[in-house]
Amino acid sequence: MDNIVSIAAVLVPLLPLLAAGITAFLKREQRGLSATLVITAQAIACATSLYLLLVAMCEDHGEPGIVHQFFNFPWLTFGNQTLQLGLVLDPLSAGMAAMVSFVSLLIFIYSLGYMHDDRNFTRFFTFLGLFSGAMLGVVLSNSLLLTFVAWELVGLASYLLIGFWFHKHSASAAAKKAFLTTRVGDMGFLIGMFWLYKASGTLLFYDNGAGCLEQTALTTLAHTLAGGMAVSNIIALLIFCGAAGKSGQFPLHVWLPDAMEGPTPVSALIHAATMVAAGVYLVARVFPIFTATGPHSSALVVVACIGAFTALFAALIAVGQWDIKRILAYSTVSQLGFMMLALGVGSVAAAMLHLLAHAFFKALLFLGAGSVIHGVHEEQDIRNMGGLWRKMPTTFLTYTVGMLALAGFPLFFSGFWTKDAILHEAHLWTVSQAPFYMAVAAAFLTAFYMTRQMMYVFFGSYRGNAAHPHESPAVMTVPLVILAAAAILMSLPATPAWPWYEKFLAGHAPSFLPAALFEPGFLQIAATSAAIVFFGIGLGWLIYGRRPLGDTDPLQTVAAPVFRALTNRLYVDEIYEATVIRGLRVLGRVMAWVDRQIVAGAVRAVAWLSFLVSAISNGMDRFLINFGFDSSCNALREYGGGIASCEGGRVQGYLRVLGIGIVVLLGLVAWLLA
Amino acid sequence: MSNTLSILTFLPLLGALLVALIPARQALLLRAAGIVTALAALAFSLVLAVQYDRAAGSLQYVEQFAWIPSLHIEYYLAADGLSLLLLVLTGIVTLFALLALGARSTKLGVSLILVLETTLFGTFTALNFIHWFLFYELSLVPAFFLIRMGGSAKATAAATQFFIYTLFAGFAMLLGFLAIHQATATFNLTDLAALAHNEKLGHALSDAFPGLATHINLLVFGGIFLGLAVKVPVVPFHTWLPDAYTEAPAPVSMLLTGLLSKMGVYGFLRLLFPLFPGLMRHLAWPLFGFALVTIIYAALAALAQKDLKRIVAYSSINHLGYCLLGLFAASAVLPGVGGADPAAAMNGVLLQIFNHGLTAAALFCFIGFIELRSGGLRGLNDFGGLRDAAPVLAGLMGIALFSSLGLPGLNGFPGEFLIFKGTFALAAWPAALAAIGLFVTAVFLLTLIERVFTGPLDSRWLTFPDLTAGERFTVAPAIALMFIVGICPQILIALFNQTVLHLLR
Repeated sequence: MDNIVSIAAVLVPLLPLLAAGITAFLKREQRGLSATLVITAQAIACATSLYLLLVAMCEDHGEPGIVHQFFNFPWLTFGNQTLQLGLVLDPLSAGMAAMVSFVSLLIFIYSLGYMHDDRNFTRFFTFLGLFSGAMLGVVLSNSLLLTFVAWELVGLASYLLIGFWFHKHSASAAAKKAFLTTRVGDMGFLIGMFWLYKASGTLLFYDNGAGCLEQTALTTLAHTLAGGMAVSNIIALLIFCGAAGKSGQFPLHVWLPDAMEGPTPVSALIHAATMVAAGVYLVARVFPIFTATGPHSSALVVVACIGAFTALFAALIAVGQWDIKRILAYSTVSQLGFMMLALGVGSVAAAMLHLLAHAFFKALLFLGAGSVIHGVHEEQDIRNMGGLWRKMPTTFLTYTVGMLALAGFPLFFSGFWTKDAILHEAHLWTVSQAPFYMAVAAAFLTAFYMTRQMMYVFFGSYRGNAAHPHESPAVMTVPLVILAAAAILMSLPATPAWPWYEKFLAGHAPSFLPAALFEPGFLQIAATSAAIVFFGIGLGWLIYGRRPLGDTDPLQTVAAPVFRALTNRLYVDEIYEATVIRGLRVLGRVMAWVDRQIVAGAVRAVAWLSFLVSAISNGMDRFLINFGFDSSCNALREYGGGIASCEGGRVQGYLRVLGIGIVVLLGLVAWLLA
Repeated sequence: MSNTLSILTFLPLLGALLVALIPARQALLLRAAGIVTALAALAFSLVLAVQYDRAAGSLQYVEQFAWIPSLHIEYYLAADGLSLLLLVLTGIVTLFALLALGARSTKLGVSLILVLETTLFGTFTALNFIHWFLFYELSLVPAFFLIRMGGSAKATAAATQFFIYTLFAGFAMLLGFLAIHQATATFNLTDLAALAHNEKLGHALSDAFPGLATHINLLVFGGIFLGLAVKVPVVPFHTWLPDAYTEAPAPVSMLLTGLLSKMGVYGFLRLLFPLFPGLMRHLAWPLFGFALVTIIYAALAALAQKDLKRIVAYSSINHLGYCLLGLFAASAVLPGVGGADPAAAMNGVLLQIFNHGLTAAALFCFIGFIELRSGGLRGLNDFGGLRDAAPVLAGLMGIALFSSLGLPGLNGFPGEFLIFKGTFALAAWPAALAAIGLFVTAVFLLTLIERVFTGPLDSRWLTFPDLTAGERFTVAPAIALMFIVGICPQILIALFNQTVLHLLR
């Protein structure tokens, strides 16, 4: 990296972080200043990351292949080894950074309107800045360690923002749940990182051939075995644990729907567009480790299976939800499953393309949902909405664009092309066709539950309690329009006719190939997926669109137990509550009891033992030693008393004894002399 | 030959005498005298750290005089990177505790804290066992009276338990060293380390006690281990700690956790590791067992506590467990084996010593602030929603809690990272199991935040005052240090990296 590019790359994550650092010192009343600082920093970061994208695009293709420009710097020196951190600019990071900073900027602006009346407005922007800086750090990092650092900071920002309305028990509980669930995955990530460090001797991704994603290290990793498995696959799976936690993959998905307790812009930014995609991005970043033993490595098979399962599982649950944001949350989990599936079957391009497109249309849907919630006065239950298309036309139109993109409606919506690409790749996968069919089912359900939601929210008659639903102010609707445009425009680099993004990722010049649209392999999939979408939307309309909707879902009358199970999220949370959480709590109590009764008890026993010994010695003193002592004392006293009586203090007595003594002495002397 | 270390050691004692001369009613003057002394000591230790020749990493500022020649007792002081780290930490935490004592400063309290600082300085610089042991045991006296200042009957009991338990353990260590003296006719720790390095110490012990030839090394090792294990403490020798930390006034808990527990870890690094490298390598797995039990057991026990101080007390035990884990990993391989990994683990241990001292002291300081406002209440369920009433307290204490949790960007992370990096490379399973402790720590710390700071504001605490300017000033340096060390740990590692290499040689 040359100097200017390095500085630019450093500035992108640093500016929002600095803004967050400064606004952390601001007082509650300095609302305008806080928002201005953070949004300005974000705008500059966004411009800079667009510049970086340009740099990456204009990189001279002397020979085909990906150019990784990096900038490494030392962080620690222990022993004689120096641990370096770094930033990397390549097509992968450049595209992601541009998307993250752009969507962030839009959502920051939207937040000006949405959070306008919040008491902690100032702090909200501090947290947003922290999030953006950390997320851009994840994206641009050239070191697994720096990725981990930024990763955890993103987790912190997510924790702070989910629990932003901390006076609500549910919000603070959801924040804790999010942090801890992702941390379960992060423990795997951490161990994977140490293992990678041990096995390859470096955590830098690219370092002129010495990085852990470069050929030398990969060859070593692929050929080292541990328990019959290539080390590269074990490390990849451990890192995938972290990715699964962040990206809400089964079985670590439980935190994401609860994360909707946060303000809606947060749901849009962090829990739909950017942070939850970090797991997908991480797998895409370290993809060379996943493929070190070949394109169908066991690690990738696991990723594909978990991705496909999650896509179907979450889409099913979404059908039974009543909360407008929770439906979108499960939809996000499901779409992330699609992305993981794409990675698992070996296509980074399909995964990343869906990630980028999804970021725009899902942010759009969440902000649209936010606008609806705002318009009907903080109501989130879709049973209490209805007929809103008349009251909120802009929101309705943009939401429809988002819905069609998510459902994968043919031709003009980005979701169609990106989802097709994934289905296409899954179909080509030689290991198994099961993931493909699961994905097809999930695609059908996606169209179905989104139609259900649209019908409940925008069509029919208004069923809500809040009077006068209204359209939102321009500061909120303008970002909706921009995102809707992006949801459509993102089709452009995604079609097989002009696979710009795919070529860009692979380091090739883009080419215009209209014929690719008519290849039989593609046409077949495109037709299938279009048919599925029409079927899903049609069925949705048949069930929900033809008669007035009430408090019971039409499906409830058909299959009540199934619907109840879906509404209750297939009881995964309950199972965790009964096993992991209770288990941990019980274990803690057991340890505390052992501590108090057994370990401390042993200490107390030692103390009692010493007391016992001292009591015994005391007794011996008194009754054995003292008895002997006392009796000799008594004898002595009596004897002494006798002697003492001689010294009665009477002079006559003394004189008498003296006289007797003298007489005796004189007698004695006389006797001796004789 | 200089006498800088002696001056440093006795500087706080001089301050304590000065404080003793000030009339008790001159409260402000008492406080000022205490703080000025602590500041001077901190500045002095910083100067020593700056002037220390880091590239050499050897023992410097040496003072060595015969004291009782017939018994081979010397007055022998010197400092290397490890000592200096602890001297600076002592300077910081003592000052921090005196500031936290605030308006509650009494003549007795201030002078006892300064006396304690002298004993700590002595412990961290002495290199003749008897000289070292004198300061090590002497520290119990001020600590005992400081814990009793908690006032309750329980405080007295806790202080007594603390005193007797650690004193008893000290005797076990003393016996061990008497045996060593019997065999080698020296108490000089550097000489003993040199003997051990040439594998002569073990033979000398076996020769001196022919009847016990096979067991004497293990017995001596066990005695010294026990003495230090109680001090650290290592589970199951820890039960004095929660009581002592809980019953003592908060500023005293800061000293106990920030500094006194470090005497144990320091002993492991300065006595046990240099004198018994072979035995430590031989016993690596049982030692890992001790470290792992300490880490996981203490974390789980913290999960079940309902008293904020007890939570932080158990969390302290857990964090010191990581120090031991790293040390045991570094000592599990032959010198020169393992590349940079033993150095990574050892550097991590030293960083963790500093970070735990700083963070745990800060946490007790915050709990002290909460106690001041709640009339002594500090139950996990006594509060709720405090972030609403006291946002600055919540924010700053939140930073300290996340530092304790090991969040990257704050000081806890680099130490734990290096410990795990080194340990994983040298002994993968213990490192992987210890990661459970990291997770459980997050559970109880986030539960603490949830119960105390979030939720609806409890009606009892509607007027809960936020931190005063003085209190903010007290904690600000500690919080700043958390960020500085977290972002740029190299400033500390540079001080002791070469010393670590010396220790591992």
